[in-house]
Amino acid sequence: MTRTQRWDAIVIGAGIVGAACARALAMDGLAVLVLESGFTGGSTTAAAMGHLVAMDDSPAQLALTALSLALWRDLAVELPAAVEYDACGTLWIAEDDAQMEMVRLKQQTYRDAGIACEQVLGAAALSALEPNLRSGLAGALLVPGDGVIYPPSAAVWLLAQAMARGCVVRERCRVDEIADQSVRCGDEWLHAHVIVNAAGGGAVALTPSLPIVPRKGHLAITDRYPGFVRHQLVELGYLASAHEMSSESVAFNVQPRATGQVLIGSSRELVGWDASTNRRVLREMLDRAQRFMPALRDTSIVRTWRGFRPATVDKLPLIGRWEPTAGVWIAAGHEGLGITTSLGTARLIADMVMGRTPAFDVSAFAPNRALPAAEVAA
Amino acid sequence: MERREQVLRFAQDDRFDILVIGGGPAGIAAAARAAECGLNVLLLDEGADVGGQIWRRRTGSLARGAARAWFTRLEASGATVIRGASVVDAARRADGGFTVTAERAAGALLVDAGVIVLATGARERFLPFPGWTLPGVIGVGAAQALLKGGASFRGKRVVIAGSGPLLLPVASALAADGASVRLVAEQARSRDVGRFALGLWRHPATLVQAARYRAGFVGTPYTLGTWVTAARGNGRVEEVDVTNGRTTRTIACDLLSAAFGLVPNTELARLLGCDRTDGMVWVNHDQQTSQAGVYCAGEPTGIGGVELSLAEGEIAGLCSAGHPGDARALLPRRDRLRRDAATMDRAFTLRPELRTLAHADTIVCRCEDVTLGAIKADWRMRQAKLYTRAGMGACQGRICSSALEFLHGWEADTTRLPVEPTLYSTLTAEPATSAPSANHGA
Amino acid sequence: MSATGALVTMAIDGREVRVSAGISVAAAMLDAGVIAFRRSVNGSDRGPLCGMGVCYECRVTIDDVAHRRACLVMVADGLRVSTHACRPERSEGPA
Repeated sequence: MTRTQRWDAIVIGAGIVGAACARALAMDGLAVLVLESGFTGGSTTAAAMGHLVAMDDSPAQLALTALSLALWRDLAVELPAAVEYDACGTLWIAEDDAQMEMVRLKQQTYRDAGIACEQVLGAAALSALEPNLRSGLAGALLVPGDGVIYPPSAAVWLLAQAMARGCVVRERCRVDEIADQSVRCGDEWLHAHVIVNAAGGGAVALTPSLPIVPRKGHLAITDRYPGFVRHQLVELGYLASAHEMSSESVAFNVQPRATGQVLIGSSRELVGWDASTNRRVLREMLDRAQRFMPALRDTSIVRTWRGFRPATVDKLPLIGRWEPTAGVWIAAGHEGLGITTSLGTARLIADMVMGRTPAFDVSAFAPNRALPAAEVAA
Repeated sequence: MERREQVLRFAQDDRFDILVIGGGPAGIAAAARAAECGLNVLLLDEGADVGGQIWRRRTGSLARGAARAWFTRLEASGATVIRGASVVDAARRADGGFTVTAERAAGALLVDAGVIVLATGARERFLPFPGWTLPGVIGVGAAQALLKGGASFRGKRVVIAGSGPLLLPVASALAADGASVRLVAEQARSRDVGRFALGLWRHPATLVQAARYRAGFVGTPYTLGTWVTAARGNGRVEEVDVTNGRTTRTIACDLLSAAFGLVPNTELARLLGCDRTDGMVWVNHDQQTSQAGVYCAGEPTGIGGVELSLAEGEIAGLCSAGHPGDARALLPRRDRLRRDAATMDRAFTLRPELRTLAHADTIVCRCEDVTLGAIKADWRMRQAKLYTRAGMGACQGRICSSALEFLHGWEADTTRLPVEPTLYSTLTAEPATSAPSANHGA
Repeated sequence: MSATGALVTMAIDGREVRVSAGISVAAAMLDAGVIAFRRSVNGSDRGPLCGMGVCYECRVTIDDVAHRRACLVMVADGLRVSTHACRPERSEGPA
């Protein structure tokens, strides 16, 4: 059928990042082919929590998350119910006065970046908003523009938008090799001016020198308890847990889901691609969450799972041209922020591919930027 | 008399040579035989009393026959028995043994064991049809289980429509309880069941049992080649449609018992990485699975009934205890019973018409209210889960995935801990041997 | 147990009923004429399906703990059951 067709762009990976890139490129009028080894949103995306969150580990991260959140808010009215978009906002929880100081600094940083966050809540106000949090917490920063979505449905919807503009999707089609303006699936070569490697955890298998390390995480979800939690709750220490490439850490992060379920994270491990459940880490993660929300201990857990965040040592994704191979672009390495930053990533990729100037300096995301060596635990 | 007090001496640092999971006939036989070899054996069962579904006693009644003999033997064997314990996780330890997590009303239970015998039994297969979610539509074994749990169906008008050898005994039990059994409809074709019935002549004990069941409800129509197509009612089942493929009639009832044979409970086996063939747990001659130190007996290796479960359980008990020689004498009997089970399986083959009962707007996943029309036939189970939430609810797909297996030819998705929903506090219970908590990154 | 005729008092949605000791909560509820145990996520009534702890259709709130399987829990004196433990979802979508 299209064996000899030359596409404008081939996107590898129909996770949320690939789907968003396909949509953005198709909206720019390109003829786009998406190749997915499994099925849409079924891999890295399926394992994700689904938060839409502003994060300030670095100015570049803050710029990308802020851009992405604005794009999600623009899309909100179009999103079907299946995407479960909920503008629940995030509460960054401070345990003590020292953390309250950090909360105020965070508020200033966010304000400077144009992110609405008018309210720093004291202990009583926090308790009123989230009665299932333990007493004795110092307070929290409310970031009302944050939210949550259900990632697989979001990927399906973004891809459907691309398909409405002529994009073609091939599922269960594994890409074995990327070469100059071409990819090989089995013994079939496909050609395009632009090749976007958005293969999530699989990106590094196709572009082996990408500086991506898998960062394993566990999640647990409860049965339905509508109203148990109303905002995304994150302990202030979460950023430290995410920032340090330590071999193992847990942090309190829970989300209200549209179903009334409570989604509980998070853990980070550097153990390569070992997909086994680490029951000790899972237990420590649940212990940590229970420390903040004691009532969790009487809930029913229906499922746990684990996945791999495609991480980089400087916590910034790889977005841009991959110089060694002609026509190849990278949209990968989003670690735990791929759901949030999928739309921003797609915007930047489309801007660069189409020769437009991106909204901000993107050199921090250059895939070939100098990075300290990653330490991967044995 | 045969009731044991719940064991309370259990402590976290106890270690058992053999842990038997599931206290039906297979588990009881395995635990008794292994304990008789002098090993330290623990039997965990989810029910309020051992016996599984088949030997479950009506509240207040005493066990009889083989059940009574095996209860007595288990009691005398020295095996420790803990009831009301639902196993939610099993993990291999670095030393090759296992740590198993169970939930009880009293709290979490953590058990270390050198060897595991899985005797997790079977559940009923439910197939979706219009109206099957109405209250009052239950399974076939379900009616038996509720009856034994103390429910009364006296005066209720009951239709039993499904498949398998359980239909008659359940009809008999309901009739004995005072229910008015209006129809017993077996979906299998009469010539298939006829062959099966002829096969029964070779096994008089089974035949006598079957005759007794029939005597319990003389006058109740038992039809072959007949199946349910719909249930209707306002907030509860009030009438059902049954058909023989040519004519359909409507029967008023208060209760519809509809289930289509049994499916093995393989969740724990899958969690432990045991291989399966045709959906059943693969075992070798000694009932050992593909995983070293994990044995399996009874329905999970293939639906076969009490006698086969006992034979497999005895073999698993002896072999897991390191006495395979003593199991040799049991092998011919087990193998013969397996052949009989295969015959029965063929007799009750599900007819293809059952694939067409559900409409696009018929709910398939009852936990999440997902309709058949929302699920595409060319997906895999995992896609249905991710895109529609089918199988993502509290039953973890136990009902809908066995239906979708039949409707679309799918395989079950991977199993994760907990293998059934469990209290948060069960998952945070710390094994005595675990390392001190590492701190988090902040 | 019924053999000895011992009775216990439990409450179903606030209504006190005397039931035989040693029977399951599901049995007690059915005998008390309760057939709708929970409300499904789309709001339809559901009752026990499998009777043996597999299907989770008989979930009720027992002594303030939600999502308990009525078929696996035995009655006890003073036990309180409420049905429709799983209420329809809260409203969804952008606030």
